[in-house]
Amino acid sequence: MNVTLPSSRTQPLSRLAPGQCAVVKVLDGSSPIGRRLFDLGFRPGTRLRVIRRAPLGDPTTYELRGSRFCLRRSEAERVGVALLPGA
Amino acid sequence: MTAAIRLGLLGAPNSGKTTLFNALTGLRAKVGNYPGVTVERREAAVSLGARAAVVIDLPGTYSLEPLSSDEEVVTRVLAGELSAAPDALVVVADACSLERSLPFVAQVLLRERPTCLVLTMTDELAARGGSLDLPRLERALGIPVLGVVGHRGRGLDALVRLLGEPEGWSRPVLLPPRDPLERSHWADSVFASVVGERPGAHRLTDAIDRWVLHPVAGTLLFAAVMVTFFQLIFAWAAPAMDAIDAGIGAGAAWLHAALPPGLLVDFLADGLVAGVGAVIAFLPQIVLLFGLLYLLEDVGYMARAAFVVDRVMGRVGLEGRAFVALLSSYACAVPGIMATRTIPSPRDRLVTILVAPLMTCSARLPVYALLIGAFVPAVPVAGPLGLQGLVLLALYLLGGVSALVVAAVLERTLLPGAAIPFYLELPSYRMPSAKLWLSQVWGSAWAFVRRAGTIILTVSVVLWVLLQFPRSEAPAGASPEQASRTALEHSFAGTAGRAIEPLIAPLGFDWKIGVGLLASLAAREVIVATLAQIYASSDDETSLRAAIRADVDPRTGRPVFDPPAVAALLVFFVFALQCLSTIAIMARETNTWRWPAFAFGYLLALAYTASFVTYRVVQALTL
Repeated sequence: MNVTLPSSRTQPLSRLAPGQCAVVKVLDGSSPIGRRLFDLGFRPGTRLRVIRRAPLGDPTTYELRGSRFCLRRSEAERVGVALLPGA
Repeated sequence: MTAAIRLGLLGAPNSGKTTLFNALTGLRAKVGNYPGVTVERREAAVSLGARAAVVIDLPGTYSLEPLSSDEEVVTRVLAGELSAAPDALVVVADACSLERSLPFVAQVLLRERPTCLVLTMTDELAARGGSLDLPRLERALGIPVLGVVGHRGRGLDALVRLLGEPEGWSRPVLLPPRDPLERSHWADSVFASVVGERPGAHRLTDAIDRWVLHPVAGTLLFAAVMVTFFQLIFAWAAPAMDAIDAGIGAGAAWLHAALPPGLLVDFLADGLVAGVGAVIAFLPQIVLLFGLLYLLEDVGYMARAAFVVDRVMGRVGLEGRAFVALLSSYACAVPGIMATRTIPSPRDRLVTILVAPLMTCSARLPVYALLIGAFVPAVPVAGPLGLQGLVLLALYLLGGVSALVVAAVLERTLLPGAAIPFYLELPSYRMPSAKLWLSQVWGSAWAFVRRAGTIILTVSVVLWVLLQFPRSEAPAGASPEQASRTALEHSFAGTAGRAIEPLIAPLGFDWKIGVGLLASLAAREVIVATLAQIYASSDDETSLRAAIRADVDPRTGRPVFDPPAVAALLVFFVFALQCLSTIAIMARETNTWRWPAFAFGYLLALAYTASFVTYRVVQALTL
């Protein structure tokens, strides 16, 4: 039997709400934008936390590997993540 | 003594690279441009112990796979394409984000040059409860590793000793993997072996950000900071600029008094001294703007401001950091265009530079004041708002809205190169260093004087010649005002003003306005003085307003400044790029004359079209 828990389902990073933690599952590294996200640390296996959205709703700040980066929704959509429980 | 060693400083933005560069080199940095690109080249000759060295501060980059022209400069310098290749590489990384920086270190190691790693902000790492095993990191990477606190100068002596001896640096036995994915695993395993404790959250940063990025408080703070920027350039710089103006006037008067009348003294006083004045008059604005800009940057607020306003700028294809540049341009496009240096995407930076002249700068105010004061009745409209104020507000809005529309059009059409992704690092808040701040402000003021000042001075002198030659004798018994009018009428500029009359007639302008427009190529407000000269009136506004109101075209018997022509002239000033200082700074910042020429051309076309339409519409409405 193959049970997929909701928390382990892969979804775009842009869907996460502030405060949620997730681990990166998928990143399309073929485009220049994907490669740069990879270089910034958004690569499979990386744990990250959503910090907050800008007052106008976009961009959003993420904490990963000791740094904080803001990405716009259009960039965050390229990163597939699985929600981690807790936090 | 051996030849100077060339040391290239590499690292991510916010890694403390520039602080370290300044700590090593003081004020000795030479700022220039790499050939053919707009990226600033900063290097300094220093002595490291007994060794002479040239330290090169390369643009900040997160990767050696370039996406932007800034980053391309890094790879091209490493390849020795833009200047002699560095003999040794110094990778600078923030100790608190070593985990993120290690893949970059790996990319640099693959270049197989003598390399060392300098970890900055080791004090912050300790304060946040983090620890790293540096000797083990040295062994894992196979290169020297040194921890420093750049802004306190701690560890600098050891760094100077290390940098003076690149021949003695250990080299990795085994290079990191070339495949990016394997390389990232390699970096993760290196990090896992050297990390003791991961640094905890920067509590102060978290606490400040709760307010600074709060939806309401953060937005209010952002507005307050931007209003301060605006005030700084618009109002607080004014006393210093007035003082410089007065000093220049006094200097010119002194020359006139000290030397016998003639061409030489006219040239010195009205051409040269006035030209020098045109250059240094910008300095108060530039120093104040960059003073605040660098302060906010060093503290860590600029990235937050960009974060807050990014959504708005994103609508027209720009990004948050363009906002400060555009807002500053409301006071003056020259410091505004210099402020675009904070925009990492070359394409966004270029678009911002190209639309900056559309923001209603303070030089347009005297022109608007003259025309609105003379031709718009001072009738109240609603409460304290009068018709004159509303017209002024409309002109400001027209400029700002046009800038955003043009930016959107340029982003979507003309400009080369793919968009680079938007990402912005929010650094921890830091106490700024006075020394670093002073050297940054001094650097930008000096760069302006040396690079744009020379162009502004040259063109001011050329314009002076065009307005003075060929010389003509005024009729005997003429008043000084009439003599100066005669001189202007017969000058090259006067002749040119008549020559372009057929071109500007469709806008409702006669040759006198033509001369004014040509003279205002130097600076917009010059049209007021030029019209005063043509109407042989004194400079004071009341008499000039009366003179231009009374002027009647002898052929038609209608006023020269009829409502359609006045409206068209106002609109012309909203769009046209009549400012040689802006053109000069554009040429310097884009490192080519192509973009200022393009800006001048498109803005002239826009100005002409909009004026023509305005003239026709107002004519139809008032007939």
